[in-house]
Amino acid sequence: MAVGVQRANQLTMADMKGRVDPDWCPGCGDFGVLAAVQKALIELQIPNHNVVTISGIGCSSNFPGYMNTYGMHTLHGRALAVATGLKLANHGLTVLVTGGDGDGFGIGGNHFVHSMRRNVDLLYVVMDNQIYGLTTGQTSPTSRVGMKTKSMPFGNIEAPINPISLALAAGATFVARAYSGEQKHLTELIKQGIEHPGFSFLDVFSPCVTYNHDNTYQWFRPRVKKLEDDSAHDPTNWLTAMEKSLLWGDEIPIGKFFERTDVPTLHGAEPVLDDGPLIHRGLRVPTDAARSFVEELM
Amino acid sequence: MQQTFAVGIGGAAGQGVATPGDIFAKIFSRRGLHLNAYNAYQSIIRGGHTFLTIRTGPGKVTNMGDGTDLLIPLNQDSMDRHLKLLTAGAACIYNADTVKPGSPADGVQLCPLPVSVLADITRNKVAQNTLAIGAGLHMMGIGFSALEEVLREQFKKKGDAVVAENIGVARAGYDYAAAHFTAFPNALPKTEHRYAILSGNVAMAMGGAAAGVKFYCAYPMSPSTGVLHWMAAHARKAGIMVRQVEDEIGVINMAIGAAHAGVRAMCATSGGGFALMSEGLGMSAMIETPVVVINCQRAGPSTGVPTKTEQGDLWQMLGAAFGDYPRVIAAPLDIGDCFKLIPEIFNIADRFQCPGLVLCDLLLSEGRLSVEPKELDFSPPIDRGELITTNGAASDVGTNGDYKRYKITASGISPRAIPGVPGHIHTVATDEHMEDGVLISDEFTNPVQRRAMMEKRMRKVTGIEAAVPAPALMGPRNADVTLIGWGSTKGVIEESCEILNNQGISANQLQIRWLVPLHGEAILEILRGSRHSIVVENNYSGQFARYLRSETSFVPDGHIRKYDGEPFMPHHIVEAVKEQLVGKTHLSVPMHEIMV
Repeated sequence: MAVGVQRANQLTMADMKGRVDPDWCPGCGDFGVLAAVQKALIELQIPNHNVVTISGIGCSSNFPGYMNTYGMHTLHGRALAVATGLKLANHGLTVLVTGGDGDGFGIGGNHFVHSMRRNVDLLYVVMDNQIYGLTTGQTSPTSRVGMKTKSMPFGNIEAPINPISLALAAGATFVARAYSGEQKHLTELIKQGIEHPGFSFLDVFSPCVTYNHDNTYQWFRPRVKKLEDDSAHDPTNWLTAMEKSLLWGDEIPIGKFFERTDVPTLHGAEPVLDDGPLIHRGLRVPTDAARSFVEELM
Repeated sequence: MQQTFAVGIGGAAGQGVATPGDIFAKIFSRRGLHLNAYNAYQSIIRGGHTFLTIRTGPGKVTNMGDGTDLLIPLNQDSMDRHLKLLTAGAACIYNADTVKPGSPADGVQLCPLPVSVLADITRNKVAQNTLAIGAGLHMMGIGFSALEEVLREQFKKKGDAVVAENIGVARAGYDYAAAHFTAFPNALPKTEHRYAILSGNVAMAMGGAAAGVKFYCAYPMSPSTGVLHWMAAHARKAGIMVRQVEDEIGVINMAIGAAHAGVRAMCATSGGGFALMSEGLGMSAMIETPVVVINCQRAGPSTGVPTKTEQGDLWQMLGAAFGDYPRVIAAPLDIGDCFKLIPEIFNIADRFQCPGLVLCDLLLSEGRLSVEPKELDFSPPIDRGELITTNGAASDVGTNGDYKRYKITASGISPRAIPGVPGHIHTVATDEHMEDGVLISDEFTNPVQRRAMMEKRMRKVTGIEAAVPAPALMGPRNADVTLIGWGSTKGVIEESCEILNNQGISANQLQIRWLVPLHGEAILEILRGSRHSIVVENNYSGQFARYLRSETSFVPDGHIRKYDGEPFMPHHIVEAVKEQLVGKTHLSVPMHEIMV
């Protein structure tokens, strides 16, 4: 997000707090994600008014209200589409999109895939708890096979999607996974994701302490292994990143799977934006252009 | 009544109906003539049957009219469908080698062209079309140089040899007609005027550019795609970001995102795409971010008849998205109005921070009309409403300030700060919220706050009503019959009234442009004085008549409806009015005689 980023001075954690406190359940993984995003913004010293946090609907989508940045709490599944329009109208803004697995991979799956192939310059943080929380516990697109929920009381018979493989296949230029219980690691990935020029996807394991009794902190803690600790991991290699994305079980990799910076961002690829953000342009069509539009019809 | 002349060209898709159509249109407009063109076509790229009607004359030509003066059937099928509809004085030019004429009505001139004798058809596959254009122009009394000029432009890119060959073929047709066919008694007149020829889609796209649209996005859907095509082709010159999106849900949300950043954003679709946008419209209203959405209606329901016209989406527009919220809906009255309406509705949407909906239809979207170039005004009034785009005084590092995005005001309008402005940080939400944007929906739903916010938003309706003009009656106040229409039927009703008046039945017209707000009182005031009122609309159930009744309790005396996919022709309305005035029926559904 190199374009238009201005540095502020001495932002502190107090500057990042929104008008209300989170109403998530005590112990929710989303608290850790909120803290990490706030820390990352402080460390990057981006002025709050130049940041827009955009979400859909769901527990984690209450996120923008807890931030002291411009915010949009939009429709279920539509945050990425809204964010794309906003970024293209003012590419000087830093855009964060936050939401859950149902919001992003279920109802918003179409926009998820297309935003990645477009390489829209934003950071998309999914708080993935493998369950629908706000609707009181139904199966999500990332729920494991066999998981019992209110909507599938005899166990899920559908295979979950793999967000990391999907992101890689769809052409995301920054693909990472983090765990809400690993604050420093998570904060670092958020910072990298914000600074990455293009679409940054960060899937965060964010346990639901109320409705998901399968994928708990206790379940994740021994399993997550940082890719950064694996000296053989090369995040510029798409093929090995894809292989790593398929690992699941006793060892689950977290960290940066893949990054490339040689793909133009959507706003960078469109010459209409060469003269700066649209929001700063005059409304009138240049007189000679207007004349030519009419003459074409004569 | 003014003199008009209509050319009908029929053929299969891919057979080159469009090119002769374009050539005639250019020649007519360069003679300073007005024109109205309507292409009846099917959802097929090659084959099927298409029938293009170009009606021209020195005065405004508001609709396709009732008849064809010159028929050019490019294949047997077109001959079989259309010859029987010609009346005395008309002529039919056709390829004598491939098309058999059948028996026309008395007084119809058959003009067979010996195409293989006049042109080398092994070299020129569309020789029959060019010959027919040449022959037709002679019969209309137009000098050959006008055609030569247009052909030069048309084939310029293909080189001198192709230009020369086409001019030669056209000349052969022209000369053959001079020797063998009887010219029409009145040569087409010539005036000093020059008009722009454009479709409603081009007009709405250009109207958007004139309104200062900086973001346009769409998913292709007939008959709205022409807006996307113009926008895409002219984006760089006009400084507009144009995107093709994965679906219409993405379209409306992307447009709202751009609008929220502070630019004017627009999108267009047809009924099916509009259905997908419904939830997004509610968001626009709830977060109070204005956006303009165009619905180019086609015949529904469902995929329906994608290439045919209808006014069947009114209730969808009225009821789009759940809950109560302020909206504006306007239906352009003709193709020139398609241009003019867009800056107007943007001003309303911006001032009242709500969605602005344009209810167009295939007839206008894909029809073409001559428009006075001055009417395509790229400097219309622009009113962006209460928009906060700068704040030099505020601290650079924002803290939780006092700015209330949804401040409760008498007008219901709260000054809108755009992201990036220091000192105005806030979050907008589709959940119900308080003045500062904080949700009331989750933790402490608050009936007092909820009511206050609902009333704040809905207060805007009063302002909108005052900002939009009431409709006016056209024609004599004390008429035998009042024809009520909305949107695209303006032209054909106008001509129907003229015909009725000439036949001794005085008729006036009430044409509705702003559907929401409707101005029910003003409409009632007009209709109270009406002796016999008939609602004319292009749908099955009388959607406007039902809407009018729901808003005003007014029940018209009769209805004229058409839902066969084709637009009204003047005689459909005239005959229906007559049968209703003698008490034969109060619901007429005219039969479309042309099988297209």
